[in-house]
Amino acid sequence: MNNTAIEICTLIIENHECGGRADQTILEVAEENGIFIPTLCRLSGLSNIGACRMCLVEVKGMNKLMPACVTKVQEGMVVTVNNERLAEHRRLALEMLFSERNHICSVCVTNGHCDLQFLAQKLGVNHITMPYIHPLMPVDASHPRFLADHNRCILCTRCVRVCQEVEGAHTWDIMGRGTKARVITDLNRPWGESESCTGCGKCVQVCPTGALSEKGQAAGEMLKRRTFLPYLSMMREVGK
Amino acid sequence: MTKVKPTKARVATVWLDGCSGCHMSLLDMDEKLILLGEKIELVYSPLVDAKDFPENVDVALVEGSISSEEDLHKIKLIRRNTKVLVALGDCSVTGNIPSMRTVFPLAKVMERVYDENATINKQVPTKVVPRLLERVMPLHEVVKVDVYLPGCPPSADNIFFAVSELLEGRVPEMTSTARFGA
Repeated sequence: MNNTAIEICTLIIENHECGGRADQTILEVAEENGIFIPTLCRLSGLSNIGACRMCLVEVKGMNKLMPACVTKVQEGMVVTVNNERLAEHRRLALEMLFSERNHICSVCVTNGHCDLQFLAQKLGVNHITMPYIHPLMPVDASHPRFLADHNRCILCTRCVRVCQEVEGAHTWDIMGRGTKARVITDLNRPWGESESCTGCGKCVQVCPTGALSEKGQAAGEMLKRRTFLPYLSMMREVGK
Repeated sequence: MTKVKPTKARVATVWLDGCSGCHMSLLDMDEKLILLGEKIELVYSPLVDAKDFPENVDVALVEGSISSEEDLHKIKLIRRNTKVLVALGDCSVTGNIPSMRTVFPLAKVMERVYDENATINKQVPTKVVPRLLERVMPLHEVVKVDVYLPGCPPSADNIFFAVSELLEGRVPEMTSTARFGA
């Protein structure tokens, strides 16, 4: 334990007066105070990267929208979580995820257990206003136990982060930019030929969609088990 | 004393490029169909005999995506003749399974189906059947959609709720009950 004094900030989130430590993010303080901010790329136990733009909030006095998961609280901050502008930004960002790949929920292995699907429902996305791109995406079935279906990937990088930060293998990474970006294993070799992959399957369990799954699952059968993550990150903290 | 017969709402259901599962779900309302039957007149549907889509339709429930020239022609006619157009189910809302072919060029799809996988009479049909579009679309890419009812299929309860609300002149609020793939 270090004994440096912890600075406490008082701020207002969604009209609630909240207190938090200066090293906490807006998202953490909001959650401690029971204020819901939607997230997608975030997963407790992994680092935060602010990639999905679901947690964008307004901070009084700033022109830019700030991702709550990577913005630290400050004394006197006034944060707005819900208004029409933010709702519109979140809906559009989510719609773009749907239009960029081929998310056919009805035949997906995670149908009914999918973070993307549920967030769409929660945010009232009942159709996609922009045209679907329908890209021809590969499915990597080279691994004996797991499947990577790029049609369902939203590039949240949870797999990249859990592999690097928790398993320590760094098998996963991102290749390419924009709509051409793709998660890859071992410098874009087939997953089954990866030398760094330990076969632990953590990437499969943290994946929010049906992009990574266990083989042999039919539509709606892939349930993700994530209970290991808080435990492992707690052990990591203890070991520091 | 003669009872004044209240005018019933003119409702149509349409089956474009879908599996008819949404219509099965519609029938799955069981006894609620009788309740609905008291309020609506089914003027056009795969379930009734009308051959042409009529005029002055109050509510049209459209299942299926826009995949062929015929679908394209039909949906424009439906829009012209309908007050409230409901996209019924994932195919009409998102393109769903029919849209999975869009990632491949149409010529390749035809070749695969009518040549590679055909055992007899290998030939791509050019007569009688409508020409397929290169790109499978949800309804709202072609016409204005008034109500979106996602689901594969939408539950019977959701369909009943949506139609009941529309008959009462309200816009059905279904964010908590309807989602893609459900």
